[in-house]
Amino acid sequence: MTMTSSDLMALAPFVVIGAAAVAVLLLIALRRRHGLTAFLAAAGIGLALLSAYLIAPYVPRTITGLLSVDRFALFYTTLILVAALSVCALSYPYLAQLPGRKEEFYVLLLIASLGACVLTASIHLVSFFLGIEVLTVSLYGMIAYVRSSDRGLEAGLKYLMLAAVSSAFILFGMALVYAETGSMDFGGIIERSADVHPLLLLTGFGMIIVGAGFKLAAVPFHLWTPDVYEGAPAPVTAFIATVSKGAVFAVLLRFTGVMDLTPGSAVSQVLSLIAVLSMVIGNILALQQTNVKRLLGYSSIAHAGYILVAFLAGGRDGRAAATFYLAAYLLTNLGAFGTVTVLSRKDSDAATTDDYQGLAWRRPGLAAVLTVMLLSLAGMPITAGFIAKFFVAAAGVNGSLWAPVSALVLGSVIGLFYYLRLISLLFAGPGSVIPLPHAPSAVNGGVLGVLVLLVLLVGVYPGPLLDIIGHIFL
Amino acid sequence: MILFLIILLPLIGGVLAWIAERKSALLSRCVSLFALFAATLLVVRLWTGSAGTLEVGRGIWLEKLVLPWIPQFGIGFQLAVDGLSLVLASLTLFLGIVAVLCSWTEVRERVGFFHFNLLWIVAGILGVFLSLDLLLFYVFWELMLIPMYFLISIWGHEGRVRAAWKFFLFTQAGGLLMLLSILVLYFAHGRETGIFTFDYELLLGTPLSPAVSFWTMLGFFIAFGVKLPVVPFHTWLPDAHTEAPTAGSVILAGLLLKTGAYGMLRFLLPLFPETAGLLAPAAMVIAVIGIVYGALVAFGQTDLKRLVAYTSVSHMGFVLLGIFAGNITARSGAVLQIVAHGISTGALFLLVGMIQERIHTRELGRMGGFWSGVPRLSAFGLLFCLASLGLPGFGNFVAEFLVLLGTYRSSVPQSALAASGLVLAAVYSLWIVQKVFHGEVTEQRGLMDLSVRETFILAVLVAAIFWLGLHPAAVIDITGPVLENIPCCGQVAGIFQ
Repeated sequence: MTMTSSDLMALAPFVVIGAAAVAVLLLIALRRRHGLTAFLAAAGIGLALLSAYLIAPYVPRTITGLLSVDRFALFYTTLILVAALSVCALSYPYLAQLPGRKEEFYVLLLIASLGACVLTASIHLVSFFLGIEVLTVSLYGMIAYVRSSDRGLEAGLKYLMLAAVSSAFILFGMALVYAETGSMDFGGIIERSADVHPLLLLTGFGMIIVGAGFKLAAVPFHLWTPDVYEGAPAPVTAFIATVSKGAVFAVLLRFTGVMDLTPGSAVSQVLSLIAVLSMVIGNILALQQTNVKRLLGYSSIAHAGYILVAFLAGGRDGRAAATFYLAAYLLTNLGAFGTVTVLSRKDSDAATTDDYQGLAWRRPGLAAVLTVMLLSLAGMPITAGFIAKFFVAAAGVNGSLWAPVSALVLGSVIGLFYYLRLISLLFAGPGSVIPLPHAPSAVNGGVLGVLVLLVLLVGVYPGPLLDIIGHIFL
Repeated sequence: MILFLIILLPLIGGVLAWIAERKSALLSRCVSLFALFAATLLVVRLWTGSAGTLEVGRGIWLEKLVLPWIPQFGIGFQLAVDGLSLVLASLTLFLGIVAVLCSWTEVRERVGFFHFNLLWIVAGILGVFLSLDLLLFYVFWELMLIPMYFLISIWGHEGRVRAAWKFFLFTQAGGLLMLLSILVLYFAHGRETGIFTFDYELLLGTPLSPAVSFWTMLGFFIAFGVKLPVVPFHTWLPDAHTEAPTAGSVILAGLLLKTGAYGMLRFLLPLFPETAGLLAPAAMVIAVIGIVYGALVAFGQTDLKRLVAYTSVSHMGFVLLGIFAGNITARSGAVLQIVAHGISTGALFLLVGMIQERIHTRELGRMGGFWSGVPRLSAFGLLFCLASLGLPGFGNFVAEFLVLLGTYRSSVPQSALAASGLVLAAVYSLWIVQKVFHGEVTEQRGLMDLSVRETFILAVLVAAIFWLGLHPAAVIDITGPVLENIPCCGQVAGIFQ
C-alpha cells in the first residue's frame, strides 16, 4: 500500500512526536543543557497537540491498514499528550535537584508517548504490538532512570521481567488468533471469527487479555504495581498511571469490538471476574498502605476495575462512559501524582505520612490540590470523579451487570476509608518537623492549578466534554 | 432565580469568609452571618409571596427554576419550593445563623476554614430541600457530607477522627445504594416511555415490577434511614454528635437528620406509593423500637452530650412513625416534630456546649448544683428539658401528640408503646435537670453566667419553640396541602380515611 501526502498529514501528531525525539537527541549530542532539553521536549509535545487539533477536520483516515486516525484516536492522543506534557513539566524541577545526566530522560519520555499514541490509533495486531513494545521498552529506562536509587533499579528490573512476560503472552495470543482467522486486522478477525474453531480463538483472546491485564494492573496481574509505583521516580509513576494505562485501555476498547462481549459469553465472564477482583482486592489492599505512592498504586488497580465495568456494559454508552472515566481518571491522577512530585525532596520521594501531616497548614495550596484530587478519586460530587463514576454506574445498571455494579459500590465505600485517612492527615494537628522542599515553581504551580480547575469544571459542568465524547462514538 | 440565589449565597459567603480570615477572624464571622441573613431575607420573601397561594398541590410550586445542566442524560438543574420545602429551608437558615453565633467564642482556630465548611453544609442542606431533579438531589445530598466531615474531624473533641469517619462511611454507603436506586428508576422510566430523565415530576408513577420496585425503594429507605437514623443504622449518630463541635452538633441534630425525613416524604412515598405501603408495618415497628430503645439508652449515658444524642434517636422514631402511620394527622405531627426537635435539641446541644466551655467536661458525674452559680443558664436548661419531654405549650408536645393520635387510628398497641417513650423522656429529662442544675454542688468554681450573646441566642430559640407550641397552625397550614398530596401508603389508610 502506498501512502499519499494526505495520509502523512493525518499522521502529523505521531510524526511531530517522533521528530521531537530525534531533535532532542541531536540537541543532547551538541550540547547538554537540561533546561533547554526540557523546553524542546515540551515544545514538541505542544506542537503535536496543536497538529492533532488542526487535522481534526480531515479524519477519519485509515493508513496502510495498520493505523486508523479517527476521532477516537485523536481524542485519546490528546489525552495522552496532555498527560505527557504535564509529566514533562513536573519532571524538570524533580530531575534538576538530582545528580547525574538528565537529558536522556526526555528522549525516553517522547518515545514512550509515541508508542502510546500509536496504540490509540491501532487497528491491527502488528501496530498493537509495536505500540505496546515502544511504550514498554522506554518505560524500563524511565523507571530505573535515577540510578542512585536502589528501589528505582529494583522497580525497573521488576517491570522489565513482568512486562516481557506479558508481551510474550500478547504475542502468543496474537499468533493463535492469526492462526485461526488468518487475519491480523481487527475488522478481518471479526469477519472470520464466526466460522473458526472457538477454543483456539478464545485461548488467543484469553492470552491477549492476560497480557493487557498486566499493563492495566488488573487483579490478578497486579503484583508488580505497588513496588513499581513506589520505586519509580514520582513523575514516572504519574506517567505509568496515566499514559501507559490510558493507551492500553484505548487499544483494548477497539479490540473489544472484536470479541464477543454479550453477557454470559466466556470473554465477558472473564472480564467481569477481573473487574470485580480488581475493585475489591485493589481497595482492600490499599487500606493497609501507609506509603502514599503504594496507596495510589493500589487505588489505580481499583480504578482499572471501575473502567472495566463500563467496558463490560459495551455498546455506545458503555464506551462513552469508559472514555469519560478515563479522561477524569487521567486528570485526577496527574494532579495527585503531581502533588507527590512537587513535594518530593532530593533524597527521597514524598511518600511517608510525615510528608503529608498537617500539610494544609504549611502549604495550603498544595493540600487543596491533593484534597480535590483525592475527593475526585473517591467520586465525591463537584469533582470529575463523581460524574465519571456516575456514568460508569449508569452504564452498568443499564447493562444489568449487577455483580460488577455491587462491587463498584462496595469498592467505593472501602475506597473512602483510605482517601479520607489521607485527607485527615493533611488537616491533622500541627505540621510535622520534616523540612519542606522549595515551593513549587511557577510552571508546576500552574500545571497543578489547571488540573484542579479542569477536575472541578468537568465535575460541575460536564456537558462540553460529553458532547466531544458523544461525537467520537457516533 | 431566587431559589438559585438562596443556595448560591452561602456558597459564595463561605469562600469569602475563608478569604476574610486573612484580615481578621471577626470579619470572617461577620461575612458568614451576612451571607446567611441575606439568604434568609430571600426566604422571607418566599413566605410573604406564598400568602395568597396557600393551596399548593403537586405540580403547583410556589417557585420553580429549571435550567439545563447535563441535557445529554436528561439531568436538569431543577429547583422548586412548596410549603414543606419552605418550612425546612427556613429552619435550615435559622439554625445556620444560630450555629455561626454559637461558635463565636468556641472556635478560635482556623476560623475562616470553619465558616467555609459551615456555610457549605448549609448550602448543601438547602439544596437537598429545594432540588427537584433526582441527580441534583443526590449531588447536594453528598455535597454536605464533605464539609461536615471536616467540621467534625478538625474542630471536634477527643475521638473526632474516628467519629467523622464513621459518620461519612455510614451516610456514603447509604447514599450509593440510593444512587443505584435512582439509576434503576431512570432506566426503567426511559425504557417504558422513551424519555430518559431524572425529573422528579416525570418519574412519579413510573411503572415497576413489584420486585424491582421493592429493591429500588429499599435503596432509598436505607439511605434516608441512615440519616434519620432508623434504629439498626443509628450507631454513627451518638459518636458524631458527641465529638462534633457545638455548631456541628446543632447542624447534625437540627438539620442533617431532617434530610432523611424529608427524603421519605418527598421521594420515597410519592415514587413508590404501593411498595411503601408494604414496608409501612415494618417501618412502624422499627420506629417504636427506636423510640423506646433511644430513650432507654439515653438514660444509661454518663456523657451529657451523648445523652442528648440518644434522645435524638428516640425523637426521630416519632418522625418515622408519623411518616408511615398512613394518615395526614400523624404526618403533620411528623413535620412539626422535625421543626420542634430541630429547635429544642439544637438548644440542648448549645447548652451542653456552653457548659463544656465553662467546666471543660461533659461528664455528668462532675456536674451538679449549677442553679446557684449560673441561674440564667440553668433556667434555660430546665426550659429545654421540659420542651424535650413534651410538656404542653412547647412545639414538641403538639408534634408528638399528633403523631400518637394518628398512629392510634392505625394501630393501638404501637401507639401505646410509643407513648411509653414519652414517659421515658420525662425520666431522662428530669434526671438531667436534677443531676446538672439541682443536687449537690460537686465542684465549686467561679462560673460565668450566660453572656448577652448566649442569652440572646437561647431567648430566640425559646421564643421559636413556644411559638410552635402555641401556634402550630403556622406550620400545619402551609405544609398541609403538600402532605395531602403525598399518597397515604398502605391498607391502613384505606380503612380509616
